[in-house]
Amino acid sequence: MNLLLLLRVALRALWRAKVRSLLTSLGIIVGIAAVIAVMGLGNGATVMIKDQMNSLGNNLVIIFPGSLNTGGVRGGTGTQQSLMDGDATALGKECEHVLSVCPIVTTSGQTMYGANNWWSPISGVTPNFLEMRRWSMAEGDFFTEADMRSGSHVCVLGATVAQNLFDSDSAMPENTYIRIRNIPFRVLGILAKKGTAAWGQDQDNIVLAPLTACRRVLQRNPFDNVNQIYLSLDSMANLESTKREIASVIRDRHHLSSDADDDFQIMDMTEVTKMVSSVSNLMTVLLTVIASISLLVGGIGIMNIMLVSVTERTREIGLRMAIGARQRDILRQFLVEAMMLSGIGGLLGVGVGVAAAHVLADINHWPILVSPLTIFVALGFSGAMGVFFGFYPAWRASRLNPIDALRYE
Amino acid sequence: MDTIVSLRDIRKVYHLGGEDIAAVDGVSTDIIRGDFVAIMGASGSGKSTLLNILGCLDQPTGGSYILNGEDVARLDGNMLARVRNRRIGFVFQNFSLLPRTSAIENVELPLYYGPHLRNAERRERASRLLKRVGLGERLHHTPGQLSGGQMQRVAIARALVNNPSILLADEPTGNLDSRSGAEIMTLFHQLSEEGITLIMVTHSDEIAQQAKRVVHMRDGRLI
Repeated sequence: MNLLLLLRVALRALWRAKVRSLLTSLGIIVGIAAVIAVMGLGNGATVMIKDQMNSLGNNLVIIFPGSLNTGGVRGGTGTQQSLMDGDATALGKECEHVLSVCPIVTTSGQTMYGANNWWSPISGVTPNFLEMRRWSMAEGDFFTEADMRSGSHVCVLGATVAQNLFDSDSAMPENTYIRIRNIPFRVLGILAKKGTAAWGQDQDNIVLAPLTACRRVLQRNPFDNVNQIYLSLDSMANLESTKREIASVIRDRHHLSSDADDDFQIMDMTEVTKMVSSVSNLMTVLLTVIASISLLVGGIGIMNIMLVSVTERTREIGLRMAIGARQRDILRQFLVEAMMLSGIGGLLGVGVGVAAAHVLADINHWPILVSPLTIFVALGFSGAMGVFFGFYPAWRASRLNPIDALRYE
Repeated sequence: MDTIVSLRDIRKVYHLGGEDIAAVDGVSTDIIRGDFVAIMGASGSGKSTLLNILGCLDQPTGGSYILNGEDVARLDGNMLARVRNRRIGFVFQNFSLLPRTSAIENVELPLYYGPHLRNAERRERASRLLKRVGLGERLHHTPGQLSGGQMQRVAIARALVNNPSILLADEPTGNLDSRSGAEIMTLFHQLSEEGITLIMVTHSDEIAQQAKRVVHMRDGRLI
């Protein structure tokens, strides 16, 4: 018998017992659907995490001042005022893998426009900040080197701040001034929306101003210290060596003796990324295991029904042998039937799984990503299950003795 | 005369509980082409075992069986299946049709296990044979929609679809009322006239007498 014929014969045999076939496939349908949905959501989560890490910036390393230790009271990271503008400049010059440097001073305060007011963190940055954070402007322009040098009272607003200060969504009026801690700042533009970070912080609740202006009029700080330094590397592959380089440059500049602790901290995103994605990977693995168990149960169901079917059709098998079917013809016939059961189950399962993933994603606003590879693997797997769980019943059928089979009551 | 079946000292011994029981105990006979033989005997006389050996469903423990010039007593399972497919047609007491499957598809069944034929060719051969057994109007009826006599005629058409050398019938009228039984016997006579070799097992004298030759079996031997 050729393959096409075998498929037709198997399809007809399954069609004769429609309800039973459907119920038997149900195990596979549920299993495959669960695998597809879980993998889709897992992949979606991974992509989302990667996107968020990317949204943080280009291969970013952040340096904080160390903690202040006065008479045994330790103040926590950033309480020391040890990082200086000069450190940032030196790092830019001396570290070979550092592409750009942005010293940052941070504060926060009430912003006001007309009758509206809104609290927001305020960062004083240099003009290369935008590019380092892979950010862009929704409206207007960022401030320039000239604004930096002159310490102009200009600012750029995050989307959340803009939304809360300007009632309407319409374009920002020309020459808008807002007041930050009662000091007028001209609004140059509005940042593009960046969304919520992986750890839940609203990245759009921010006001950016030139470092110089922010330090002098908002921080009212007569010194040259900074709260953070952003460094962007050429490649994350050079992360470890660059971290060592940074440490030695800063220690050198701060005249730390070799037995003194660092008075700064270097942070990078790889650890956060690792942690967040390991949680999501763990969930995916766990759910996939559960889904696989349901697939296994489905496979056993197929084996069970095929055994019943072989017993039920003993006389048919005997007859087929009497009119010339070889053992391998019988084996093939039942194997193809089992494969068709699980294959059709797999196809329906993919359909149900993709639909379920979309519904789940819509309801919970999760991203999903059902890759063609997942579907392909799921289908191949369900076919293989048919062969695996169908083999024993088919083998039993093929080993029947034609005389006994013909007489079977 | 053209000998189609030649049995020499065919034996079939079963080992039951440490004891050897010979179901067929040294049968030798020749059957010529076109013969119509009835094998008679009581239950346990070994006639069914002999028919199974003739039909290549079972292999003798001893002796030789030449079918159509080929020694089939020592063939392996696959070759036996091939002989059953090409050389032998079976008719069973209980018809053994596939349920919920049309008459024409039942008749086509042996063709699936033979050399590859195109669908149209298979259809054509099956419908020709169904017409020959008088069921040209019922090609697409399923066994459930046919009478016993009609089902047995479908089974005969199926047995003939590969142009076998011999047609074996195991109590072909055993499950039929006398009128249907008579119809089947008429059909067998026609087939015999056309030159088909028929071997039939029965325990009805009346049926057996319609054959050209009647042989009796007792305790595994021909008498």
